[in-house]
Amino acid sequence: MREGVEPSVATHTADAGAASLAQLGMRVADGNVDTTHGPILYLDGITVSFDGFRALNELSLTIDDGELRCIIGPNGAGKTTMMDVITGKTRPDSGTVFFGQSIDVTRMSEAEIAHAGIGRKFQKPTVFEQHTVLENLELAMKTDKRVRAVARAKLSSDDLDRIAEVLDLVQLRGHVHRTAGLLSHGQKQWLEIGMLLMQEPRLLLLDEPVAGMTDEETVRTAELCVALAGRHSVVVVEHDMDFVSRIARTVTVLHEGSVLAEGPMDVVQRDPRVIEVYLGR
Amino acid sequence: MMGAAEPAIALRQPRGVPSVPHEVTAPAGPLLASRQPLLTPGGWMAFGVAAVIALGIVPLLNLAFPASHPLHISDHMVVLSGKIICYATVALAMDLVWGYTGILSLCHGLFFALGGYMMGMYLMRSIGTDGVYHSTLPDFMVFLDWKAYPWYWSFTDHFAYALALVVLVPGSLAFVFGYFAFRSRVKGVYFSIITQALTYAFMLLFFRNDTGFGGNNGFTDFKRILGFPIHTSGMRATLFALSAAVLMGMFLLSRAIVTSKLGRVLTAIRDAESRVMFCGYNPLHYKLFVWTLSAVMCGIAGALYVPQVGIINPGEMSPANSIEIAIWTAVGGRGTLIGPIIGAFAVNGAKSWFTQAFPEVWLFFLGLLFIAVTLLLPRGVAGLFRTRERA
Repeated sequence: MREGVEPSVATHTADAGAASLAQLGMRVADGNVDTTHGPILYLDGITVSFDGFRALNELSLTIDDGELRCIIGPNGAGKTTMMDVITGKTRPDSGTVFFGQSIDVTRMSEAEIAHAGIGRKFQKPTVFEQHTVLENLELAMKTDKRVRAVARAKLSSDDLDRIAEVLDLVQLRGHVHRTAGLLSHGQKQWLEIGMLLMQEPRLLLLDEPVAGMTDEETVRTAELCVALAGRHSVVVVEHDMDFVSRIARTVTVLHEGSVLAEGPMDVVQRDPRVIEVYLGR
Repeated sequence: MMGAAEPAIALRQPRGVPSVPHEVTAPAGPLLASRQPLLTPGGWMAFGVAAVIALGIVPLLNLAFPASHPLHISDHMVVLSGKIICYATVALAMDLVWGYTGILSLCHGLFFALGGYMMGMYLMRSIGTDGVYHSTLPDFMVFLDWKAYPWYWSFTDHFAYALALVVLVPGSLAFVFGYFAFRSRVKGVYFSIITQALTYAFMLLFFRNDTGFGGNNGFTDFKRILGFPIHTSGMRATLFALSAAVLMGMFLLSRAIVTSKLGRVLTAIRDAESRVMFCGYNPLHYKLFVWTLSAVMCGIAGALYVPQVGIINPGEMSPANSIEIAIWTAVGGRGTLIGPIIGAFAVNGAKSWFTQAFPEVWLFFLGLLFIAVTLLLPRGVAGLFRTRERA
């Protein structure tokens, strides 16, 4: 399951830190993601190399506002690296990533990108294991996240209603006071999705959301993804083809760092190039 | 506030009440907010008892009873306890950065010593012309044949300025060092090693006579503080009570931080920093806040320590001291606040007994203690009392 190249933390350069200091206190205002032209995310000519290996090779991709897009591809195709680039974890060597018409995310830190409205679920479920389910959702909640504001923050009744709503959506209401580390693997995946929803993102990136889930949990996650599309734009990277065909509208196939094919699931599945590199194996 | 009358589940379980984790039926009604208290009623009671003992009973037994009386507490005991209280303050500061935020510092001894040196400068100026050479300069400067104070000694004869330095010097060093280290995302053992190198560099710097801080002898022979003679029982008891009050105040402050959302962000950074970033928090600002606060706490503790023990020298900056601070914290129990305070008392109490009774065994015992705690009590002494709390 491991990607061919796992990007290291060190790929985040020091200049990015300096840039974030320059913008200290300045954050992207709410709701100004300009999607008047339709797409919410543009990737144009993205190249990322690790020690000479091209993880992404002139990758260009467009995601429409409210769309549910599945991205598939063999190991090492660059799926996770693409998510790292969109969320600011990895800086591309060349190319641009625009969120809406006007926000250039390649110039922003991870935290700023999250504020702008891009939420990410990791391949391995990453929740705050020592905190309760409720505290996890509280921490993720969309609000002023600077130190001074957080030190004084208290949950309002509106906040609690919002948390209750998300708890119902991810079916964790009965576990609200449980420490997240004690949840089952599938529940952790859902908690992480719930945390993303608390951020009220415009764009959700889900990296293998059904890895390690039972069949029943997979079905329920598929329903959740379909329900989220429209209100949010959702990008799902997944290996589980049953899951993909259950939710897919448009599928993008990545191979060796660029787009190999794109279109409806049944069309993509019949594409001989796709069969050769991926489905036929 | 909330619709408190409605039947609903409590937002947070009260401490000590076992939760029912496996109840899966979704309860009806809205979630209800009930804040985690600063201290539980029992906690406030213990806090009050500690305050009465430290601020009332100990000074009273020391000052009001003659030395022959069985209830008398000796000056030696008062000074020893006052010293350990300062150590406990440092351990508390360490717990904020290590126990809660996951940053193992090996330079808290440096912040402590810097606070001590800043207070020491004031105390040296207060000696006036009562030194061995009857000069307005401290003896060590006369000995080096210096004719005037170096520029950085300016205004240190003013107590308020000295107090400002106690906060500002460790605080700004921590801020600048922390800014560059955290911005470059230096973490874990690499961060610890750099902090140790910093401590070592400062120790070498302060060992030099040219640095202007008394070289390897440091500052000593203090005569008075704010015009009052320093070697009196009354002053010792006052400093003891002041140290205790500062420790209790800082304990409440730390408790307020760790029970707030800010504290939950700090522990979240400890457990999953990348998730914190992708939630939209900038960990740099949070780490820098807690790191600088912790350094200031150490500086204040150091400033209270020096007039009580009557000496500060570069030995306080030795890397071993900073490691010992980590040991107190680990022995007492990381991430509990009260644990490191207990740890500082337990280890230093044992140290003062051992170094009198069996001086040669002390280091072996310390090593054994650290191994035993790591193997048998991973959550420290405090872990014994809260096995079920959040498990």
